[in-house]
Amino acid sequence: MSHLLEVQDLEVKFALRFGDITAIDGVSFVLDKGEKLGLVGESGAGKSVTGFSIINLISKPGYISKGKIFFKGNEISSYSDEKMRKIRGNRISMIFQDPMMTLNPVFTIGFQMVETLQAHRKISKADARDIALEKLKKVHIPSPAQRLSQYPHELSGGMRQRIIIAISLLTEPAIIIADEPTTALDVTIQAEIMDLLQELCESDNMALILITHDLGVVSQVTEKIAVMYAGKIIEYGSTDQVVKNPIHPYTEGLIKSIPGTVIKPGEDLVQIPGMMPTLTNIPPGCAFNPRCYLKEAICTTKTPELKDAGNGILAACHLK
Amino acid sequence: MNEENTILSIKNVVKHFDISGGFLDQLRFKNGRIVLEKITVKAVNDVSLFVKKGETLSVVGESGCGKSTLARVVLGLYPPDSGEIHYGGTRIDNLSHEQMLPFRKKIQMIFQDPYASLNPRKTVQQTLEEPLRFHHPELSSNKINDKIDQVMEQVGVDQAWIKRYPHEFSGGQRQRISIARGLILDPEFIVADEPVSALDVSIQAQILNLLMKAGRERDLTYLFITHDLSVVRHISTRVAVMYLGTLCELAKAEDLFANPCHPYTKALLSAIPVVGEKRAKQIKLKGEVPTPVNLPTGCVFHARCVYANERCINQVPALLTQDNGTCVACHAVEENRVIS
Repeated sequence: MSHLLEVQDLEVKFALRFGDITAIDGVSFVLDKGEKLGLVGESGAGKSVTGFSIINLISKPGYISKGKIFFKGNEISSYSDEKMRKIRGNRISMIFQDPMMTLNPVFTIGFQMVETLQAHRKISKADARDIALEKLKKVHIPSPAQRLSQYPHELSGGMRQRIIIAISLLTEPAIIIADEPTTALDVTIQAEIMDLLQELCESDNMALILITHDLGVVSQVTEKIAVMYAGKIIEYGSTDQVVKNPIHPYTEGLIKSIPGTVIKPGEDLVQIPGMMPTLTNIPPGCAFNPRCYLKEAICTTKTPELKDAGNGILAACHLK
Repeated sequence: MNEENTILSIKNVVKHFDISGGFLDQLRFKNGRIVLEKITVKAVNDVSLFVKKGETLSVVGESGCGKSTLARVVLGLYPPDSGEIHYGGTRIDNLSHEQMLPFRKKIQMIFQDPYASLNPRKTVQQTLEEPLRFHHPELSSNKINDKIDQVMEQVGVDQAWIKRYPHEFSGGQRQRISIARGLILDPEFIVADEPVSALDVSIQAQILNLLMKAGRERDLTYLFITHDLSVVRHISTRVAVMYLGTLCELAKAEDLFANPCHPYTKALLSAIPVVGEKRAKQIKLKGEVPTPVNLPTGCVFHARCVYANERCINQVPALLTQDNGTCVACHAVEENRVIS
């Protein structure tokens, strides 16, 4: 049986004046119906670009240079723009980080919701409003009927993010890609939005790709996790296993550097020295080698492949 | 509240901001008459705190709770509307510019965004020597350079980079330079406003370690402003929780995390995602944070609190000290109505 979404050996490049740089380098993963996958990494690791390329939102100078993406067995990476538009925002929806930037400030919430529905379906305005109202109820917005005639600036950040989730639900997508959906929000609101996403995935059997830098959020929401570093997935497996027994030294360092995980209050945190290389300047061999405490000669010459590291985890490290 | 070793005390500080704009913006038409109406944001309302020498006091709260405003009032960047700031026994909020100078040397600030807080047209050297030249005009260039080298080494910035400009550095390195600038005058007291929020996790750990190391080596006192509760737990001696410009709980860090008293603190703590743990029952709050323009009557938290009753709606709770030294401003805690 084919997977709901399958990404095979994806490579994304950006054509810059001084030549192409590789933002995503051989990323592969699968997603099944109702599954929740977390894409984790620091800024510049390529997690957002991965999310964007699934629905072909990579714009110039970026382009997908290699690899295939299958949605329900169809190769959507070869679709024309017009064909892709039937998938994007319809079968696969995306939620972005900043809820102020994603809503159009000059139109009412109702207008924007009806517009989205009419873009994808032949439907009357009245019917579209009914669906919009139903979805607003679904994301637990108080007095939904009034919200339809309100403008984005009249709502708080958490409310706006709920509206955006409601918009992404309008067409009953099979997959939601959420790119840092709670980074701009306070912790109490973040917890509510995460609960909501989890609840929706379970009630509608929807799949979720959660892109975030916050390992805490990922470990609470997702079943599978892919840790990215410098454009590659360096560890991939069940969230519980990866968080408890990380294989790759980068994942290990990342978890230990979060206050309150391993280190007692007041003691020095485990720190990963240095920082992630820029994409123009990725070191040869394993991209993590200059920061790695296990580094050996092979790490600077040969790029490690993702391989089985036990416990159902795949890790890209020569030494594990 | 004047305990031994108090280095800074904040007494009943109030800070409101007038956002009503010019004369014409203030005109309103009400009941058939034209009236002038002022709109004020009540950012900080009657907050009292003291900071002991050598401790790290963290102020936490969600956006808009007035924590950054409080930090700026302490530094004298905003004058308080009422209330007093005392530093080492001297009242500093009403001093003239000249009288304030010796205190500016002792109190330094580290800002959140290292992209905005460093002057893009100054090299690291210029950034670091400016405060020295201003406060110590008697120092020779050699002495200044020695001092800069010493501080740069301490914060882990390569001394070869001294002629570089901020845009040549990453966020983490810039924050190190900001910290170096904060340390160069050998301050006693540092106000750090969200110093790690703009940084990636692995870099955040580096900077936190650096701040803790500098604190130990130089015997610094920190007033640490942040919204990140896991960071707070890691570095703080005591924690002050703010909500809508008021202090709702003040406790030792371990007490606060082990046994939060105020209903808001309880909800806030239950919302932190912990790596490797499925979420325990999160305490849901009703509604959203009200705007600081129209403050609720009585306890500012009453509209969202499950324990709220008549008294909470009408009477502002005082900050009362519990048996273990925790201070809580809550009628329900006082009346033992909170079920833990």
